[in-house]
Amino acid sequence: MKIAVLVKQVPDTATRIQLAADGSGIETANIKWVLNPYDEFAIEEALKLRDQHTGEVVLMSFGPARVEEAIRQGLAMGADRAVWISDEGVADVDYLGRAQILVAALQQESDWDLVLVGKQAVDDDAAQTGPLVAALLDWPQAMVVLGLAVDAAGRRITATRELEGATETVELPMPAVLGAQRGLNVPRYPTLPNIMKAKRKEVRHTHAAELGLDAAELTAGRRVRVEGYQLPPPRPEPKVLTGDPAEAAATLVKLLHDEAQIL
Amino acid sequence: MSGILVVLEQQEGRVRRVSLEACATAVRLGQGAVSALAFGPGAEGLAEAVGSQGVEQLLVLSASPFDRYSSDAFAHAVVQVVRQTEPSLVLFGATAFGKDLAPRVSGLLMAGLASDVTAIEADGDDVLITRPVYAGKAFQRVRIAGTPKLVSLRPNVQPAGAGGGAPARVSVPTVDVPAPRAVVTGTERSGEQLELTEASRIVSGGRGMKAPENFRLLDELAAVLGAAVGSSRPVADEGWVPHSYHVGQTGKVVSPDLYVAVGISGAIQHVAGISNSKCIVAINNDPDAPIFKVANYGIVGDLFQVVPALTAALKAHLDAS
Ligand SMILES: Cc1cc2nc3c(=O)[nH]c(=O)nc-3n(C[C@H](O)[C@H](O)[C@H](O)COP(=O)(O)OP(=O)(O)OC[C@H]3O[C@@H](n4cnc5c(N)ncnc54)[C@H](O)[C@@H]3O)c2cc1C
Repeated sequence: MKIAVLVKQVPDTATRIQLAADGSGIETANIKWVLNPYDEFAIEEALKLRDQHTGEVVLMSFGPARVEEAIRQGLAMGADRAVWISDEGVADVDYLGRAQILVAALQQESDWDLVLVGKQAVDDDAAQTGPLVAALLDWPQAMVVLGLAVDAAGRRITATRELEGATETVELPMPAVLGAQRGLNVPRYPTLPNIMKAKRKEVRHTHAAELGLDAAELTAGRRVRVEGYQLPPPRPEPKVLTGDPAEAAATLVKLLHDEAQIL
Repeated sequence: MSGILVVLEQQEGRVRRVSLEACATAVRLGQGAVSALAFGPGAEGLAEAVGSQGVEQLLVLSASPFDRYSSDAFAHAVVQVVRQTEPSLVLFGATAFGKDLAPRVSGLLMAGLASDVTAIEADGDDVLITRPVYAGKAFQRVRIAGTPKLVSLRPNVQPAGAGGGAPARVSVPTVDVPAPRAVVTGTERSGEQLELTEASRIVSGGRGMKAPENFRLLDELAAVLGAAVGSSRPVADEGWVPHSYHVGQTGKVVSPDLYVAVGISGAIQHVAGISNSKCIVAINNDPDAPIFKVANYGIVGDLFQVVPALTAALKAHLDAS
């Protein structure tokens, strides 16, 4: 089974987001970059499938040179090799542009059985890359996957998807795109020997022009255009009650009713 | 290109609230006639509900293969309806359904999609969009070039209309889609729990609850409030509650009117998921817990005394009014 996992490097979730002075983006100077948490579930699932069915797990990541660190982390988990698609000249593309680039990178090779992604990246929280890649490849998809079974022949998938207050079972043929949700598995920690081994694994470098894409056209043709950023409005000064629990509870109920007008 | 198309979501013959919110938003934008598209058996029965929000026309695809969700078949159908009706804007709900379907439609149409949008305003023929990033630690202002523009709306943020409009005119579009490939073969409800992302009140417990059986205290408080129960991540990881309870940057991002955090310290990842709540109440025995910095109201005290006292005070309040 030949599986691609599309991975993204994102700010650590502990990051306090600050805006760049001109409001055009976020301040990235002191950010710790990590592998997107949902991508860890995608990598783990790919490794499990490879180990059951034999085959190969290939990581693909689009971004600046720093993304190699996230790639190495995935390689240390056990992925076989990786492709880094540099964002030089195309750093400002939108979701569709990114998906076109990733699809072009996938199409440099053939015989894919599966593409796995995290259900969303915790930076822009768009949750678009998986379905976009599936649409552009004209493959079926299942997103927000909590459970996965592949038939013995390695041709059909039964996936459990999370809905609001429910789950649904989806059946689909391969090749397909799947989006991993927390709960799908428990990602392994890279062991020290595997971290050392990962340093020697192949990370092939490519870029938009080599993929036959016109960087200027992709950037100019972007449809979703970010005009600026803002921080959430500050929360009001809290009213904190202490003392006898029954009295505090009664005061709180009065405040929720009279002041917050919620009850 | 004019008018707005709303892609509806129905659950057992009823329009989901997020879809009514989307209809009301479409009407409020005032950018031409609003149509809605509904899938599945009984779709024509939604004409009254969407009409009351001001939707003029209801397009229904109720027969096979639209009796069972399939992201590929549904996406092709939306694309064909968009090509026939030429809306300038297409609205979805940012639910499991909308998040699955909308980006697939975007890829087929090569049309821009802004997902999980919390604010949308008309600007002439254009729309100005605001959407949260980093789980609400910041917001992006976005415009979409080209038509149609695709937007998925976060549930529980836009108001639904007061109602009162005449039933929408029903018609059946002609679509021809390839045989569905990804097909839903079964759905299982996970208990009676209210869905967190749609709840207007939430009571959440953290590690301060000490043990799974103590969540009973929160169930009692939630019952009086008509609230859903949520949790911090470690509590879900420990298996005290199902994963679906987990609130925060890597769980559910919620926007209720009232969020009560009980025995939750207020780690940055948890706070990111609740910062859109209208009113936050914190109950914690540590006066320096960071949760108090984001709360509107707080009680410093032992939750094992405060929560039962609060449940009793709420009952007394409800009985009196
Ligand atoms: C990549 C990553 C992603 C994460 N994503 C999330 C996420 O999405 N959501 C999330 O919640 N966390 C997330 N976390 C974990 C987060 O960092 C915190 O560890 C977690 O939120 C803490 O949970 P807690 O508040 O329940 O527990 P604690 O931090 O242990 O807090 C327990 C609180 O209970 C109080 N308490 C104890 N006893 C009592 C009592 N008797 N009465 C009253 N109060 C009492 C204590 O004072 C304390 O404030 C993430 C972490 C990482 C690394």
